[in-house]
Amino acid sequence: MANRERRHTRHPGAAFVVHADVMSADDVARALTRMAHEIVERNHGIDDVVIVGLQTGGLELAEALVARLEQITGVAPPLGALDVAFYRDDLGLRPVLPEAVTSIPGDLTGKRVVIVDDVLFTGRTIRAALNALGDFGRAASIQLCVGVDRGHRELPIRPDYVGKNLPTARDEMVDVSLEGVQLGRMVPR
Amino acid sequence: MNADSLVGRNLLSINDLSATGLAEVLEVAESFVEVSGRSVKKIPALKGKVVASLFFEESTRTRLSFETAAKRLSADVLSLAVASSSVKKGESLKDTIETIESLGIDAVVLRHRSSGAPHQVAGWVKGARVINAGDGTHEHPSQALIDLFTVRRALAERQGVESRDSGLSLLKGAKVLIIGDINHSRVARSEMLAYAKAGAQVRVIGPGTLLPSDVGIFGAQRADDLEKELANADVVSLLRMQEERGSGDFVPSLHEFSALYGIDERRAALIRPDAVITHPGPMVRGVEVSSAVADDPRMLVRQQVANGVPIRMAILFLALSTPGESLHG
Repeated sequence: MANRERRHTRHPGAAFVVHADVMSADDVARALTRMAHEIVERNHGIDDVVIVGLQTGGLELAEALVARLEQITGVAPPLGALDVAFYRDDLGLRPVLPEAVTSIPGDLTGKRVVIVDDVLFTGRTIRAALNALGDFGRAASIQLCVGVDRGHRELPIRPDYVGKNLPTARDEMVDVSLEGVQLGRMVPR
Repeated sequence: MNADSLVGRNLLSINDLSATGLAEVLEVAESFVEVSGRSVKKIPALKGKVVASLFFEESTRTRLSFETAAKRLSADVLSLAVASSSVKKGESLKDTIETIESLGIDAVVLRHRSSGAPHQVAGWVKGARVINAGDGTHEHPSQALIDLFTVRRALAERQGVESRDSGLSLLKGAKVLIIGDINHSRVARSEMLAYAKAGAQVRVIGPGTLLPSDVGIFGAQRADDLEKELANADVVSLLRMQEERGSGDFVPSLHEFSALYGIDERRAALIRPDAVITHPGPMVRGVEVSSAVADDPRMLVRQQVANGVPIRMAILFLALSTPGESLHG
């Protein structure tokens, strides 16, 4: 499960128990390199590309992606961070508090925005991010890059760049970081 | 009471919150400062909620900033202009509240000249949260939260650290001096409780006739030597002499109050260069503060006004959020 959701979700007396290592640190590094090349290919370079990491789980991947894009093209695209807490549609269903900084580099009008998140699950976070980005200007296009696509979509949203497609059960959790990808469950202590 | 979170609760007094609950309001407000700096200063967090703003007593900044806050969160605002309402025909507070409630509201922001009015109203309304925007000489919790937030940001800047996520650490141990008419000041009551809760050392000073008989119940101590206290303080909080509540009747003259407790340039020179001065506004230049001191770089009154909107956004956002267990596995 994404770091962000894990922190927002209160699990009194429960612990994340890993039952499969899905990707190693090297696997994650290779996937990031491949996705960086795909971003350059799709956008014919990185002119006007802005990378936006979703707080908090997507930011680490977004930073790593920017570093690779700089290696490939010689130029680092602008990096932004976005906390979508205020745009969620489940505000009334659970406490969703802002916890991290939103900083978008300038007006997004005419930019090609790549949203980066660690795990794509129901798609509701991405819907919130699309609404939020609309307040920062009219982007030429918005693309989606995720570390892991675990299925169970509740909205018509699909990623453009995927680190790994990982079939999961709904009650499983996926943890993505630069150190690797793990599949597990929350288990009562 | 003393809740660790304002989520889904009323804000009638600073005592409704624990230190953790206070810190939560400050952290959420940091996020709203960022929203206030955007070109589109509106987020959909409270879309579809209705906030009634009921001010039975005059106010400029509190009313405007609560209503601005509600609008930036996309809530609808029902604003009752008391002067042109049925209150003038003799309608009671209870009937007014019932009328407003029957329109379907989610929150009431209430200012009233009677201490305890918000508490009463909280007992009458079933489905709505009640936010105290100042009641008589009791409390003005949102103003105290603004003052803590403003001071926290100023101290963070002075120490070159981030105020975000600093919790109450910057306020802990700070020496806070509140000067003036403590007895009639709801801001002073809320400030004493809030600073004490944050771990600051709170001292109050003023004419004996304008001090409550026991400030210990608010977590504060009385002080006597103004000049010594000024030199020691990290935070100097000035208060207005509240003529409309009869402050002037408790001192021989405003001129004498000013001579003994007003902060003029000579007294301001005793305040440390790295200390801060706050005033909840409106300032009465020449009484509690001289014109030169009102424009002193240590004076945070403008920042306090600017921070009114993010703090009140945080209060409305938290009070109108729903507590509950997560739906996500």
